[in-house]
Amino acid sequence: MLKINDLHASVEDKEILKGINLEVNAGEVHAIMGPNGSGKSTLASVIAGKEEFEVTKGNVVLDGEDLEDDAPEDRAHKGVFLSFQYPVEIPGVSVTNFMKTAINESRKAKGLEDMPANQMLKLIREKAEMLEIDRKFLSRSLNEGFSGGEKKRNEIFQMAMLEPKLAILDETDSGLDIDALRIVANGVNKLKSKDNAVIVITHYQRLLEYIVPDFVHVLHNGKIVKSGGKELALELEAKGYDWIKQEATV
Amino acid sequence: MAYTEEELKKELETKEYEYGFYTDIESDTFPKGLNEDIVRAISKKKNEPEWMTEWRLEAFRIWEKMEEPEWANVNYEKPDFQSISYYSAPKKADPNKSLDDVDPELLEMYRKLGISVDEQKKLQNVAVDIVVDSVSVATTFKKTLAEKGIIFMPISEAIQEHPELVKKYMGTVVPKTDNFYAALNSAVFTDGSFCYIPKGVKCPMELSTYFRINEGGTGQFERTLVIADESSYVSYLEGCTAPSRDENQLHAAVVELIALDDAEIKYSTVQNWYPGNAEGKGGVYNFVTKRGICENNSKISWTQVETGSAVTWKYPSCILKGNNSVGEFYSIAVTNNFQQADTGTKMVHLGKNTKSTIISKGISAGKSQNSYRGLVHIGSRAENARNFSQCDSLLMGNECGAHTFPYIEAKNKTAQIEHEATTSKIGEDQIFYCNQRGIDTEKAIALIVNGFSKEVLNKLPMEFAVEAQKLLEISLEGSVG
Ligand SMILES: Nc1ncnc2c1ncn2[C@@H]1O[C@H](COP(=O)(O)OP(=O)(O)OP(=O)(O)O)[C@@H](O)[C@H]1O
Ligand SMILES: [Mg+2]
Repeated sequence: MLKINDLHASVEDKEILKGINLEVNAGEVHAIMGPNGSGKSTLASVIAGKEEFEVTKGNVVLDGEDLEDDAPEDRAHKGVFLSFQYPVEIPGVSVTNFMKTAINESRKAKGLEDMPANQMLKLIREKAEMLEIDRKFLSRSLNEGFSGGEKKRNEIFQMAMLEPKLAILDETDSGLDIDALRIVANGVNKLKSKDNAVIVITHYQRLLEYIVPDFVHVLHNGKIVKSGGKELALELEAKGYDWIKQEATV
Repeated sequence: MAYTEEELKKELETKEYEYGFYTDIESDTFPKGLNEDIVRAISKKKNEPEWMTEWRLEAFRIWEKMEEPEWANVNYEKPDFQSISYYSAPKKADPNKSLDDVDPELLEMYRKLGISVDEQKKLQNVAVDIVVDSVSVATTFKKTLAEKGIIFMPISEAIQEHPELVKKYMGTVVPKTDNFYAALNSAVFTDGSFCYIPKGVKCPMELSTYFRINEGGTGQFERTLVIADESSYVSYLEGCTAPSRDENQLHAAVVELIALDDAEIKYSTVQNWYPGNAEGKGGVYNFVTKRGICENNSKISWTQVETGSAVTWKYPSCILKGNNSVGEFYSIAVTNNFQQADTGTKMVHLGKNTKSTIISKGISAGKSQNSYRGLVHIGSRAENARNFSQCDSLLMGNECGAHTFPYIEAKNKTAQIEHEATTSKIGEDQIFYCNQRGIDTEKAIALIVNGFSKEVLNKLPMEFAVEAQKLLEISLEGSVG
């Protein structure tokens, strides 16, 4: 489904991604781990098409199509979803209104009519219930004054609404309390199918106990320096990153 | 054919007019320049009574001695008042013109705003075949209004038909001496609206649709007078969301509102005059004086969405004379490209327990300058007066400016005044966030701007709010990326 080939990306002439190769097939869950500043969020942003980053070499291919010329919204319409590490606030725009706009814009791109209001409301109710989100919450301004955990839960609510083909969850677990983590992880698991894929960026093994990865990759200094199965995450939790950093420099 | 006496009299009157003293300036457009003869000629053209002519002349003499104000935070080339023509007959539809002759860019805008083809034609001065809708709507409106005793007509007609009301109230809120543009308007105003709501009557409809259908080009010196008698209510909508490419460079309107005891007036404006092109060429100078006076327990609420004009100078104000009276000002001002707006309000608290609320939302893009200027004045006898002001600015890009000039004068110790101000910027991160959810940049800006303006948009009557939202979107098109 997703194929990343020798991807190099930089910002303000500073190279951050230095040759990433990654293949994600439908039905798979991949975890990406790695020290702070290694380039995990940058990779997520580049996949999503953030223009701030310049791709200097290599490419990102989704379902056989090079995404190079696709604007971020085009990629979204093709099913790429990013749960942000730091979701932004949009004052005065309610969660409901935002989702309604997002869904209808995607439908418009596919040549579909706006979703009828009753269907929209039903969908919102259903997904809010799944993630145990209070209805009052949905009429609040997007992310404004949300607690850290509320922001993350809201990201997954949006994912549930949009049903993406490829979901990238950037540190969705950070900020969530123990119960919330379970609720959110269960939500993600319910959305998983053989036709979609999830990339989970995390620092902690705990999330991976719920969302069990097929592969774990370690990103260091803009490169994937190690890949393995789910046991790699346990090993990292026990040993830290030093040994990998050393291996990588050898 | 036999004339009735009445017809004969009319005939003679017009003949006299035709061949009278003013024949040299009797054409449809007066020669350029302003002097007492021109003022008299305008009055004559409108068939006005003597007192009105005198009123205008007095205003003219006052204006002559005044200087154009310089204090606003705007920069423009001062109009030459002697090179303006002060009267043009209302434009007639040009039978040879079709929509094909109209600037396609403008038509595209109309399409986006969802303006009907007939209305487009009207706005562009193209002959309309049949406007069944508006005619019938207008008639039903007239009937309903008449039944309630509501007077709603062009001010020139009101001068003829209700001189006692016009005489009693015109110039009482905005005196001829008030300011340069108000004095000018008082001398040369050509038309505008008059509205009177009798005691205890709640006007059953927004006085907009009627207005919009009936008064396409209201001219550059518009004069509006709204009187809400005791315990009455009216909601008045002015303007049109459709962009007008008026060739008049200078617009100097005066609006006076009078809310008698226990009355309420809600006055909403959408101003979308031609803002000039992207290089800052052309565009309307909009210098408007709007003020209302509140008697006991009454309320005046101004709501404005200002997106047009090259230069805007406008401060809809409330004089809270009566005890327990309430003044409100809700404003959205958008400037893009080279537009300049200096707008805000004056809340003058004179009565006891008076209350005012000011919510101002300024949105600046391009190389524009957007200023909020507001005065809260608490008089010495205004016990327990309260004011809350909130001024928010939203910036797009790095080349525009937002400024806030709040003035507070409190002469009574019991006053409670609160002022909040914020400035924010539409961030690339906000836009990327929206993009990532499938919302393109233009739509994202519209969404963010609408969110920012929500508190004010919510104050607009429903059908107007939807149009205003679209208008905000269009005004900011091309301002990012
Ligand atoms: N816009 C930018 N300008 C300059 N440097 C940037 C920019 N964005 C990211 N970087 C740098 O790129 C590097 C990688 O950042 P990135 O956010 O991808 O790290 P990360 O792996 O997600 O870290 P964390 O685990 O802390 O979230 C960092 O050194 C960061 O400072
Ligand atoms: Mg990160």
